[in-house]
Amino acid sequence: MRRVLPLLALLALAALPAIAGKFYVELVAKIMIMAVFAMSLDLLVGVTGLVSLGHAAFFGLASYVVALAAPDSYTAANLWTSLPLAIAASALLAFAIGALVLRTRGVYFIMVTLAFSQMVYFVFHDTKIGGGSDGTYLYAKPEAKLGDWTLVDFGDSTQFYYTMLGLLILTFAFLRLVLASRFGHALAGIRSNEQRMRALGFNTYAYKLAAFTLAGAIAGLAGYFAAVQFGFVNPEMLSWHQSANVLLMVILGGLGNLFGAIVGAFAFILLQDLFSSLTKHWLLLMGGFVILVVMLLPGGLTRAGEAWRTWRMPARDA
Amino acid sequence: MLEPVLTAHNLTRRFGGVVAVDDVSLEIRHGEIHALIGPNGAGKSTLINLLAGELTPTSGTIALRGDPLPRARPHRRARLGVGRTFQRSNVFRDFSAFENCRLAAQAWLPRTWALHERASRCAVSGAAATRALAAVGLSARGDVLAEALSHGERRELEIAMCLATEPSVLLLDEPLAGMAAEESQRVLELLRQLKTGRAILLVEHDMDAVFAVADVITVMANGAVLASGSPQTVRNDVGVRDAYLGEPI
Repeated sequence: MRRVLPLLALLALAALPAIAGKFYVELVAKIMIMAVFAMSLDLLVGVTGLVSLGHAAFFGLASYVVALAAPDSYTAANLWTSLPLAIAASALLAFAIGALVLRTRGVYFIMVTLAFSQMVYFVFHDTKIGGGSDGTYLYAKPEAKLGDWTLVDFGDSTQFYYTMLGLLILTFAFLRLVLASRFGHALAGIRSNEQRMRALGFNTYAYKLAAFTLAGAIAGLAGYFAAVQFGFVNPEMLSWHQSANVLLMVILGGLGNLFGAIVGAFAFILLQDLFSSLTKHWLLLMGGFVILVVMLLPGGLTRAGEAWRTWRMPARDA
Repeated sequence: MLEPVLTAHNLTRRFGGVVAVDDVSLEIRHGEIHALIGPNGAGKSTLINLLAGELTPTSGTIALRGDPLPRARPHRRARLGVGRTFQRSNVFRDFSAFENCRLAAQAWLPRTWALHERASRCAVSGAAATRALAAVGLSARGDVLAEALSHGERRELEIAMCLATEPSVLLLDEPLAGMAAEESQRVLELLRQLKTGRAILLVEHDMDAVFAVADVITVMANGAVLASGSPQTVRNDVGVRDAYLGEPI
């Protein structure tokens, strides 16, 4: 079951453009972008134990780089230069913010990540950079050309969809590698017991800063393609609502195993879509669903099987 | 005379108006078990935290092999070879016993940032973890989660993790607390073996154990050193008897 389900899901994703309409292809492409974003946050929240409420700052900054790297909003940016630039900008911002916020712990960490991301939000909201509070439209998508030959046309929703599927798989594979490496084990040690890690000789601050920067860079990767897909950028993309949404996705799906982040992103956005088509008070339904999951499945949706088994056969040795 | 490894000079640490450690000087020598005893609140744990770099002294200096140590940073001190255990078992509860030791051994390894290499296939830290578990007699329990170990086993794991980092100085904060008599004996035997080639500071409440293994005993009361010397000297010290108020030692 554990091996078959992800494979079936992957096959379904690969086949989707052949069987579903454009609306769903674009919706799922958007979900896969958010899944990459959620995985990057899972590296902090689930793996390292750093609950950040400011992760959208790195996502949104990269979105803005798409707009700012283009000569004007009618001329396409070059993928090969603008994508590395966007990731570097997000990584640099994450490094700078991380260097300061990682000196705090627990609830203070949550507060200062929120505060710093709101500072970034207001830089874009209150100045003329990137169109102020209205944001900017991008009429031309970045071009991925090799010489004169177009490698991928991001304007074509099927091609964009498969690019995002590839991005999702690559990010997942890369982060699994990170989790299995010595670096990943050290991060898990920090989540479990940071004081002990320091006593053993680990410079936990440096490890956390590296994780924070890496997570920021991957969030930037997601933010870049979000801007490409939506065709506009606005300050909402780096607001704290966005940070809270992605945190909810990770919690809904289950922390620490990356699968949860992907499942959470799908569940969150599909339900958002479903509930908002039912009623304009859909946020109530969404809130109720989140509460139900947290109460009934404390390990998130990906650990539903375990929760079901313990419910069927309550532990008697407790 | 054995060579001093870790030396504390006139260490003082205040918490507000309270002087937890008051002008303490101490030498921990190579090949010796140096026991630190004293009633609760005497400042023993604070002293260990100062030596391990967990706390910064208000005044005074700490030197390792003659070199003064810079400001308190626990991970730096651990890298220099000062290993410690904690009074309350402080292990990675959701890791297996073996994984606890492997992670500990990994602290020393270069190539920590080689992301493509699996930590579970690291031969060096794996071998160090196997050795450390064998040393404390936990070889058979390697796959058990730390939270599922018995209290005594967790105390032993605590020591094994410290050994896995291959320290030259061991700071042991009440390693025998809550252990069964049999387990205590095993740990004491281990300490006797470990002192060859290492310096050990042992904070312990079990007086029988202390007098059985210690080469030097320092007695603390109210943050200050009351007496220091061989077990025989300390046993006969009048001040020490007063501090323990008639408790036979």
